[in-house]
Amino acid sequence: MSQSLLKTTGLQLAFGGLVVADNINFELHPGERLAVIGQNGAGKTTFINICTGFIRPSGGTVSFDGRDITRLSPRAIVQRGIGRSFQLPQLFLEHTVRECIQLAAAGRTGRLRIWTPLDRAIPATEVDHILELVGLRARADELCSLLPEGQRKLLDIAMALVLQPKLLIMDEPTSGVSTDEKHGLMAIIMRVLDEQKITSIFVEHDVDIVTQYATRVAAWISGRIAADGPPQEVLANPEIRRNVIGE
Amino acid sequence: MTKTTTSKMTSPKIKIAGVLLVLFALGLPMIWPWLKTPMVVATSFGIAALGVSILIRSGQLSFGHAMFSCAAGYAVAFTARAMPELDSAVLILLGTAFGAVMGMVIGLFVVRYRAIFFGMLNLALSMVLFSILGKFYSLTGGTDGIRLARPTFFGVRMERDGFETTLLVVAVVLAVALAWGVQRYMMSIAGQALTAVKTNETRLEYVGLSANRALWIGYVISAALCGLSGAMFALMQGLVTPEMGYWVRSGEIVFISILGGVGHPVGAFLGALVFEFVKLYSAALFTGAWQMVLGFVLIGLVFFVPTGLSGLLFRKEPK
Repeated sequence: MSQSLLKTTGLQLAFGGLVVADNINFELHPGERLAVIGQNGAGKTTFINICTGFIRPSGGTVSFDGRDITRLSPRAIVQRGIGRSFQLPQLFLEHTVRECIQLAAAGRTGRLRIWTPLDRAIPATEVDHILELVGLRARADELCSLLPEGQRKLLDIAMALVLQPKLLIMDEPTSGVSTDEKHGLMAIIMRVLDEQKITSIFVEHDVDIVTQYATRVAAWISGRIAADGPPQEVLANPEIRRNVIGE
Repeated sequence: MTKTTTSKMTSPKIKIAGVLLVLFALGLPMIWPWLKTPMVVATSFGIAALGVSILIRSGQLSFGHAMFSCAAGYAVAFTARAMPELDSAVLILLGTAFGAVMGMVIGLFVVRYRAIFFGMLNLALSMVLFSILGKFYSLTGGTDGIRLARPTFFGVRMERDGFETTLLVVAVVLAVALAWGVQRYMMSIAGQALTAVKTNETRLEYVGLSANRALWIGYVISAALCGLSGAMFALMQGLVTPEMGYWVRSGEIVFISILGGVGHPVGAFLGALVFEFVKLYSAALFTGAWQMVLGFVLIGLVFFVPTGLSGLLFRKEPK
């Protein structure tokens, strides 16, 4: 098998008496679409937060593309090629959709140029292309605070995608979106990920979404990975069906 | 509803307001020469307010920025005393550079804080400077301050009237250039990142841009502008005192920024002009109660024009 893209070794973290990362040893390989499932409080978002530098573990290491990123800041991790979207979309609410993409693109170099206009951070055609991919081109010049939740999610993801990451980590990309819109949203996201050949991790509660879009599933229970493998195998596991899916 | 930042830059109302302000600032003192001093003071305050409004656009309020004006004023006074042959233009540049360098150093520390902590740290630092200037009498002249002999301007030694006229023209030209420069900066990657500090710092970090660095750049620019303001003020008054850095002066700069509105650089000068004239006339007409008049103006503004006077220029006509 190819060299792992993301690897965690012995990750440990507890908030008071609540263990949220219990010796997590995990590897992700290029091209995989990993769904992370688990009940609330199982440690899914904490795992993402550790991998993206938002929280530092009390023990263990995280390496990306062969380099240790455990103690790096979110900014440094983003610049190494990990993009991230959030459960609650994190947008620049006083900016337009286009400006959000331009500002995100400026992060490719990380340089805060004081004389280069924002619209020169990225060619206009590239902004149009990414907005076309996520279906937001028609709303490019609207304030992003005016977008409905589904489109906010897409913009949040588009802002991560414009950084051209090797790995995109999405925290509940379909939460807050109506059941009817979920599959359409995931279809758009997966089409873009395929087109740009980006490896992905997404936290998800909807079993249908997991079954349809993931190539691998990791199920979290009380801060540890209780099962990890192909979706059919993990979702058929009695412990997972009882403790994660709630049957 | 749509919005683009470029539309603000090209708004015809803003251009008209800018041209009227310039004509007003240069024209009226030609008719009534006594207006030269208030006009230079208003323009100088406007430049300081322009600096503070940069920080307000990042969601941060500084209640201590007069320290940069004050320190730059003292830098100009000390230098002019040590080298009396130095020209006013050089002294203005020196004051600006001093403000910028001071902003670079203090900024390294204060940009790590936000909101009330940012505001209070700036206030505290300004009060430390105020105390030092007041206590070290042998060096700073204490509360009496330091007098400046009138230096040459562009190599020419002038009488008071000529000096004030030149300073007024220079101040207005600088104000126009700085308003354009600050608007250009606000449209830049660094400027837009600065406004994003206000709305979503977390996301800014997750697109690979440093929120602290964006704020530091804005802080240094604002300190430089306050330094320039202090240098001009010192040359105009021919005197620097610790009062220039007192917290009330910082509050006045914030007042002017809010009065004029922070949506466009024109607001800072609009606010400074209104502030200076309301203060001038209310001090003459309501001696001892002029602060109350200013207070009522601010209350009225918050209720009726929360976006400041320049906000009126952006207000959309009802369809």
